Amino acid sequence: MSPGAETLHPEVSAPWRPLGRSRLGRLTIAPAFAWWAFFLLAPIGLVLASSFFRRGAFGGVEYVFTWDNYVRAIDPLYLRVLWYSVRIALLTTAICLVVGYPAAYFIATRSSARLRNALLVLVILPFWTNFLIRTYSWIVLLNREGVINKSLQSIGLTDGPLPLLYNDFAITLGLVYGYIPLMVLPLYAALERLNPEVREAAEDLGSRPARILRTVTIPLIVPGIVAGCVFVFVPSLGNFPVPQLLGGGRKIMMGNLINSQFLEARDWPFGSTLALMLMLILMGLLIVQSRVLRRGREIGIDV
Amino acid sequence: MATRTKGRWTTLLAASVFALAACGGDGGGGGGGGNGDGVPQESGPVTLQVMNFANYMPEDIAERFEEATGHSIELTLTSSNEDAIAKLEGSPEGTYDIAFVTSPFAEGLINADRFEQLDHSLIPNLSNLYPEASQLDYDTGNAYTVPYSWGTTGICYRTDLVKSTDVDGWDDMLNPSNELSGKITMLDEDRWLLLPALKSLGYSANTTDEAELSAAADLSIKAKATLLGYDAETFYTKLDSGEAVAVMGWDGWCNYVSDPSVVEWVLPSEGSDLWVDVMAIPTGSTRVAAAHEFINFILEEENGLWVAENILYKVPNRAAMEAVDPALLETYPNMAMDPATLLEQEALRDLGAGQPAFTDAVTRVKAA
Repeated sequence: MSPGAETLHPEVSAPWRPLGRSRLGRLTIAPAFAWWAFFLLAPIGLVLASSFFRRGAFGGVEYVFTWDNYVRAIDPLYLRVLWYSVRIALLTTAICLVVGYPAAYFIATRSSARLRNALLVLVILPFWTNFLIRTYSWIVLLNREGVINKSLQSIGLTDGPLPLLYNDFAITLGLVYGYIPLMVLPLYAALERLNPEVREAAEDLGSRPARILRTVTIPLIVPGIVAGCVFVFVPSLGNFPVPQLLGGGRKIMMGNLINSQFLEARDWPFGSTLALMLMLILMGLLIVQSRVLRRGREIGIDV
Repeated sequence: MATRTKGRWTTLLAASVFALAACGGDGGGGGGGGNGDGVPQESGPVTLQVMNFANYMPEDIAERFEEATGHSIELTLTSSNEDAIAKLEGSPEGTYDIAFVTSPFAEGLINADRFEQLDHSLIPNLSNLYPEASQLDYDTGNAYTVPYSWGTTGICYRTDLVKSTDVDGWDDMLNPSNELSGKITMLDEDRWLLLPALKSLGYSANTTDEAELSAAADLSIKAKATLLGYDAETFYTKLDSGEAVAVMGWDGWCNYVSDPSVVEWVLPSEGSDLWVDVMAIPTGSTRVAAAHEFINFILEEENGLWVAENILYKVPNRAAMEAVDPALLETYPNMAMDPATLLEQEALRDLGAGQPAFTDAVTRVKAA
């Protein structure tokens, strides 16, 4: 560990040792590795293999090697769907970051221990309810005769119902609502590990809060920010209940596209190709994340 | 055509698991022979493996069937036709003895030699069916399948909220009046998304011609602007709340509105489709004779009557339809539709190799 890290966290003593070097380490990790290999690597291998075959006339898989699926996947029709999905997922991530950071900051630094626990429970509480039910409940709130419109009209703020449902606004809202805990928690974890003395030192040296945020806090929690962004972006990109329910099926995202290939067109090879495209993007993101993590460790951020 | 794709995402998960199994098995469409020849048959009382949609048969069917024939039933639930196909493809031949699927899917399975040819001498209750029930294009003469329920697709609208528009055809949904604009839902499932446009332009519902599909897609994209949204699961609740005033729906489903007296169902003047839910015996079954007995038992009047009264679908079982309470037919007029009228509609067929082109057109509409 670099000398800088020790100054930040003098209480850290044991050097970090890779687990694989010890036999006990290898043994304890073996079951998890086997699970991962069988339930992750093998299915991905199947999807990869399937993408090179052809759809049978009836809907099965014909084991004839072809590049056709890949040629078809870069058709503008599908790229347009991909681009739309990326846009929505990026917007969702940005909103989650902007809204989630103040919440995480407050919970991590400004609340007493008891309040902190209560707030964390409140953040996680939505996950105790099924994602689908939570999405459905937005329909009750947002539709033309729904709670929000009726309240606004009865107060007199609006004359007629606002178009709150079955559009991009509703889709983004549904995704932000569904995944914001996944942004708040990593941010909270990163902020909580931050040594308050560092901030105090910057204050003492004359920095105003905005500058402290920009030059001290954010660089130190970059791994947390990246983790939160990846945790929100990944499920948002591949999501399909939200565009279908809250978007009224008028816009489709990658998840809906892949779903319809498998279940309606019964074109498993092409569906596999589209799924692979999605996986490649996500793997790219994970590589970026692990790079950030490694860099963070190198410069002494406790991750 | 029962519970439509309620669990799409779980079936996607199931589908990927079955991909695992299927790749180990005989990889899609192994051509089994017919008539159970070569497949050793079980004798004596057996346990039939039946695959069906949830809540689609009378609850006591197993007890009554066992009382009547001595055979018992084990039921596997499917959530959609695609799920049923995945189960059939993903398990070894002979796993299932009876499968319930909808007609276009059944036709695909027949063409892939996945269903046993039926021995009509073992199904005397076929006489309970309307004569029209043996003139179904996807399987004329019911050589491989027996119809269980049937219906068409149309428009249901709120008579109390639609005062100045005469709703009588697909054009009212595609080029809606001001009264309807923004308060219409349409079905977004593959075959039904393009149906209004195809029929409005005078094309076949089973076309795979690129030019026709393209024209229908363009018309559907234009119509999207005036839609409230697509909905193939809860359109009748939107009609209940008044959020939508006219919805496209399968005729049986339009009966699920909470107040049928303010809802009217219309068979579009441009014509519509005909779908039939059928029973068949997958190849490789070791209980073919008992499976025939099951089909014959299902065709009894009381079972058809149960479907009509509880699922509110029309059934091709004439004995059952004639026993339906006239009050029910008054509350739900589409149930009184004459089979001859039903058969004037175009039966949905399997699209074979043309399916991807069809789905592409649908994708283009949805992505627009």
